[in-house]
Amino acid sequence: MARTPAELVGAQPGPPFQITFDGRAVTALPGQSVAAALWGAGILAWRTTRGSGRPRGAFCGIGQCYDCLATINGEPNRRACLVPARPGDAITTQEGHGRAALGV
Amino acid sequence: MPLSASEPYDLAVIGAGSAGLAGAVAAAELGLSVALLDTAVHTGGQFYRTPAPVMGAVRPEALHHDWSPYADLRRRLARSDVRHLPGHHVWSVTKDVDGEGTGEGAGEGAGPADGPWAVHAVTGADGGGERPVRLRARTVLLATGAYERQLPFPGWTLPGVVGAGGAQAMLKSGLVLPGRRVVVAGSGPLLLAVASSLAAAGARVPAVVEASGYLRYARHPRALVANPHKAAEALVHGAALLWHRVRVRLRSAVTEVHGTDRVEAVTVTRVDRDWRPVRGTGRRIECDALAVGHGLVPQIELATALGCTTRPLPDGTTALALDGLQETSVHGLWAAGETGGVGGAQLARAEGELAGIAAAARVLDRPAHGGRVRELQRRRDRMRAFAGAMAAAHAPGPGWSGWLTDDTDVCRCEEVTAGQVREAIEDLGARDARTVKLLTRAGMGWCQGRMCGPAVACLAARGRAAEPLVERRPFAVPVPLSALAALDDPAMPRPDDQGETPSEPGAAPGGDG
Repeated sequence: MARTPAELVGAQPGPPFQITFDGRAVTALPGQSVAAALWGAGILAWRTTRGSGRPRGAFCGIGQCYDCLATINGEPNRRACLVPARPGDAITTQEGHGRAALGV
Repeated sequence: MPLSASEPYDLAVIGAGSAGLAGAVAAAELGLSVALLDTAVHTGGQFYRTPAPVMGAVRPEALHHDWSPYADLRRRLARSDVRHLPGHHVWSVTKDVDGEGTGEGAGEGAGPADGPWAVHAVTGADGGGERPVRLRARTVLLATGAYERQLPFPGWTLPGVVGAGGAQAMLKSGLVLPGRRVVVAGSGPLLLAVASSLAAAGARVPAVVEASGYLRYARHPRALVANPHKAAEALVHGAALLWHRVRVRLRSAVTEVHGTDRVEAVTVTRVDRDWRPVRGTGRRIECDALAVGHGLVPQIELATALGCTTRPLPDGTTALALDGLQETSVHGLWAAGETGGVGGAQLARAEGELAGIAAAARVLDRPAHGGRVRELQRRRDRMRAFAGAMAAAHAPGPGWSGWLTDDTDVCRCEEVTAGQVREAIEDLGARDARTVKLLTRAGMGWCQGRMCGPAVACLAARGRAAEPLVERRPFAVPVPLSALAALDDPAMPRPDDQGETPSEPGAAPGGDG
């Protein structure tokens, strides 16, 4: 019986690479979305809400709910479940609307 | 492919899942020039989601049943001239008024198909690309599928609570799980499929919690007898769950999630036939994730924006009203698959092919009839009957709101609580979802009410049958202002100018496509 999803489908992915989440190294596999890479590292939340500052992460998994918004390489409001992870990506927890720098 | 960049495609297919693929391939094989647009990089839609080719999965089919029809469609796509446009998020379909006379095909397009249409898309993995696209087509096939219906409950916004379909999607494409012990809950046949995939991939699934009773299917004996493949499918999932020792609890619901920053446990409570929680029956189950969903909602806003007629379904969702050849009430615009009511991949393939044949007949000015059309119509009608039985069996009971507390978030985006929604309804007199939205902002966030809409409509109906919710979203996806500004630009990029990768490699082993 398969112990992991990769075993189940007989995956032989290319060499893993590093991204960072709030400065901490996270290992991603080629072909994974940012959200999948974070789930793979046991990280389920990478955003805090505008109102009560509660943690959120991927919910619908198909780009419909916008709960997985993250700041990717400085750009806020990227849907982590759709954006592919690339070597060296810096993912940071998005606070609220992610544009605090604008002072709005 | 059109002979020149300014000539419209004969058919634009929006969505490259089972319905869209079948329609695109069928129309192309009958001689039409076809563009196939999809948000994802690969074809297959949500059902046939696969890991990216670089994952090197040698058995992508291990996460799917009914794989070979998809493999066949992929082979046919690879052999066809269909222009596959991945990473295209269509935000609107309009009558191409300004396109008239600008291209040599424009006048011709106003012929039998009553076109041309303009299909507007933003591009990139999440639509954030700086390259909006407009393409023109004589006919359009909407095959935009569905998304999951959610009902709120205390704690459902905690990290670790994920859509059942979402968990499935992340597993199929990213080969990841939301946790090690995952409770699967909600209602609908998808739950069994999700639970068996999660268990097969190594998760422990302490329980599948289904709010309806499967006995409700027995009220539709004819639809059951006519669709033995559906019973076989249920048996396969049932056997897999037995093998993994997964317990299925019927007439029960997760009524609370425990944890501070992530899921630690859930409370499962018995519900009556109206889904009203039965006091004193709550039981705590330890888990680190919950995959939840209450059926699927047809994704039809591109069509409703054009004024297409809709029809209410027994499960409270709204689908497009279609004629015998899958055409909507708007001439030259077809729909297939879940947009006409949720019925699964096999039905979607039959409908997609039928729509492809019908669009080809229109463009080529020939009648659509013959043995293949009749056979597809028979298959469609048989599977539609089952889809109706399924929708009735899993229709949410009006008692579900009994598990809400005043501080439960109903609208996840705008953080509007059940207490605020109740106040709008009971104190301020709101009677429908739109009024609740205007008073509370429920449904005004990023997701445009896709997550909270069904729940808000149900709450506003106060126990009566909710009025069918016809979502109107003039922008089907968020669009940067720069994309709107580019609309007036005569040099608006067309996909043909982009040096796009042509149709994906398709049938190569290893699961690409």
